[in-house]
Amino acid sequence: MEALTSGMPFLVFLIIGTIAVAASILVVAMRNPVHSALFLLLTFLCVAVLFVLKAAEFVAAVQVLVYAGGIMVLFLFVVMLINVRSLPEERVMSAFWKGGLAVGLGLFILFAGVVRPGVYHEPKGNERDLRTQTTYRMRKVRNADGTVTERRVGRSRVVGNSEAIGMVLYRDYLVPFEVASLFLLVAMIGAIVIGKRELLAEEEESTPQFILDRAEKEKEVKEVVNGR
Amino acid sequence: MTYSFVPILLMILAAAILGAVFLGLNTIIGKKQRNPSKLAPYESGVPLLDESRKRVNVKFYQIAMLFILFDIEAAFLYPWAVIYRNATLTPAGISWFVFGEMLVFVLLLGIGYIYVWKKRAFDWT
Repeated sequence: MEALTSGMPFLVFLIIGTIAVAASILVVAMRNPVHSALFLLLTFLCVAVLFVLKAAEFVAAVQVLVYAGGIMVLFLFVVMLINVRSLPEERVMSAFWKGGLAVGLGLFILFAGVVRPGVYHEPKGNERDLRTQTTYRMRKVRNADGTVTERRVGRSRVVGNSEAIGMVLYRDYLVPFEVASLFLLVAMIGAIVIGKRELLAEEEESTPQFILDRAEKEKEVKEVVNGR
Repeated sequence: MTYSFVPILLMILAAAILGAVFLGLNTIIGKKQRNPSKLAPYESGVPLLDESRKRVNVKFYQIAMLFILFDIEAAFLYPWAVIYRNATLTPAGISWFVFGEMLVFVLLLGIGYIYVWKKRAFDWT
């Protein structure tokens, strides 16, 4: 088993990493926005596998739950909201591709400089040490005089990834955690304020013609359906 | 630790191979008849009344956005629930601390929930 799995993480990284890069290129290359969204989903799932390879199972689970589950829905809704069809075939490259390439290259050099070997060195100690924590439980202890009392006993053990994250997040990083709830609150209120805005009278009058046309068409369709 | 995910990897591989085999066999040995009525969209025997891809109401987007926000809240609850039992037994007495910080977190989002409710964002009409 050891021989079978020793080279496996690297092999999986090569395969999944290649798929992730290819899928993310296809996201921008696809002509149909729904296909782009599906390739984005594939990219998210591949990134989740890469997280698992780096022993970050909790982040991988959140990646699947929040990104592949939630953010993906938002992207698909945007596609449906603005109702884009397939883009014209003839222009594959945007007119600004030179500028885009320059910005992309600059970002890549910046990123490569940040993550170059030696900047982020391996954490001290092995993975097992990082995940070792003292956990406590109550245990019944028989005293010398025969009475039984409950006593708290602590023991050092290797904890899972989400447990390690929990201890760090809720003990050491309290303020960022509470600020996160404020961010969520702001996002919630913003979504309501923008989405639920009452239309002013003059705005209601100036409804664009194509929306009126569509409403008229839908009314006709409804009449046809009800007439059957 | 990572090796415990090998079964999941094998399952993904098996699913991919199975799907590829079924689709491949279908393309190779399946009969192909392409006539207009077979290629037409079919919905309960009724011809299409309208195009299938049309603009959807912005309300869907709003519901999806609120779903994501509460989804993220739930994601924060998982590691908290995992460590809570142990935190109640820790000698330093951080059990109320851990409980209190999650209470503040949930209450802050509870304010948002009440706001959203009062703004009738959950009402469809």
